[in-house]
Amino acid sequence: MIPAAFDYVVPASVDDAVRELHDAGEDAKVLAGGQSLLPVLRMRLAAPSKIIDIGRIPELKGIRDEGDHLVIGAATPHHEVQKNQLVRDHALLIALATETVADPQVRHLGTFGGALAHADPAGDLLAPALALDAVFVVAGMDGRHEIPASEFFVDYFTTALRPGELLLEVKVPKYTGWRAHYEKFNRVAQAWSICGVAAACRVDGGTIAEARVGLTNMSSVPVRARAVEQALVGQQATAEVIKAAASHAVDGTLPTSDGNADAEYREHLAKVLTERAVTAACS
Amino acid sequence: MRITTTVDGTSYTDEVEPRMLLVQYLRERLGKVGTVVGCDTSNCGACTVHLDGQSVKSCSVLAVQADGREITTIEGLADDGELHPLQQAFHDNHALQCGFCTPGMIMQALDLLKENPDPDEDEVRSGLEGNLCRCTGYQNIVKAVRAAAEQMPSAARQADVPQEPVTASMPSEVSQS
Repeated sequence: MIPAAFDYVVPASVDDAVRELHDAGEDAKVLAGGQSLLPVLRMRLAAPSKIIDIGRIPELKGIRDEGDHLVIGAATPHHEVQKNQLVRDHALLIALATETVADPQVRHLGTFGGALAHADPAGDLLAPALALDAVFVVAGMDGRHEIPASEFFVDYFTTALRPGELLLEVKVPKYTGWRAHYEKFNRVAQAWSICGVAAACRVDGGTIAEARVGLTNMSSVPVRARAVEQALVGQQATAEVIKAAASHAVDGTLPTSDGNADAEYREHLAKVLTERAVTAACS
Repeated sequence: MRITTTVDGTSYTDEVEPRMLLVQYLRERLGKVGTVVGCDTSNCGACTVHLDGQSVKSCSVLAVQADGREITTIEGLADDGELHPLQQAFHDNHALQCGFCTPGMIMQALDLLKENPDPDEDEVRSGLEGNLCRCTGYQNIVKAVRAAAEQMPSAARQADVPQEPVTASMPSEVSQS
């Protein structure tokens, strides 16, 4: 399976990339690591006229500490994110979820920003980004602006990125000392999540002081399980409390039915996986 | 578009269409048919090669993405006719049945051992998560990787990663046949 022919450019800077995107119009596609795009091109589910490869722009790679938050470059490979000590210290949930993305080969090339901008509802990084209130920094011809995670994911494979805009980096507030767990359910190795739960908790002397929970693939966009969070905060981290809180996991979700699971089964999974994820994140 | 790559130690410069896949380039232009195309959908890992020292699925990389980079294929592992310790371990442990997944399994196992010189069984299995054996011959593949870990001098894991001393301690159930 060979992709349809396309023009290919490799901009050296963000400014060049934004200009290329603007000039190419809506028919262009951005390639970072290509691990979602290449299969789509090869199955000819898409046939863009131009591919803009941002994989060689140094500004888009790497992870840095900016005081109260981390900044993860959009073209930073998963493999680097999952091993990075800053991420493990201050945003453990993201490191743990990244470890479950696809397989080692894909994680070497696939990128943090690419997976988020692709916005596959079964993608494992969307729920952690939402739960941790990440902020997306994007650039277009009219300058740069920021989009909170709560507004970034719009629909299936659709984000708030407008035509001609490029995701540059993602700011993640620090959750230093928080425990975290990403519980993923799929049928076989390297498969997409049928359902996933991202949980981060700050436990203080046996009491859950703060909790953040996000759900993967329980709607067309990632879902923040606020009812679960509210039922946890201020409570002792006991099995009974966590089980009761997890029963709220389906509030506000709109799961789909597909070949892997029907909606009712996904709702069952969401409760079970939330209980497991929160239990692990509190222990 | 003109690309220059180093493949198995030899430099090549070629004119390629942007849509040409790396695996196509390796097989059809350079004749490196040791790297095979399995599933063609980036699931099976049979086409795994190393790009700048890291494993990738060459069916899901454009040849133009490899411009200026170094590629190692299964054909670049043997040294002057002598099998690489991983190749020898696959042979010794009967870690192949039809053999189609073997090039990818070995290239991914090499990547795993660079990061983790002494993986336990679970670590081998998760390290090879992206490689499928349709004969389901996983038991001996895992056995071979652990046997190779025991035998491999650090230099055989390539010089592009921090080297760690080879540990001699291996679980007793792994023995050379």
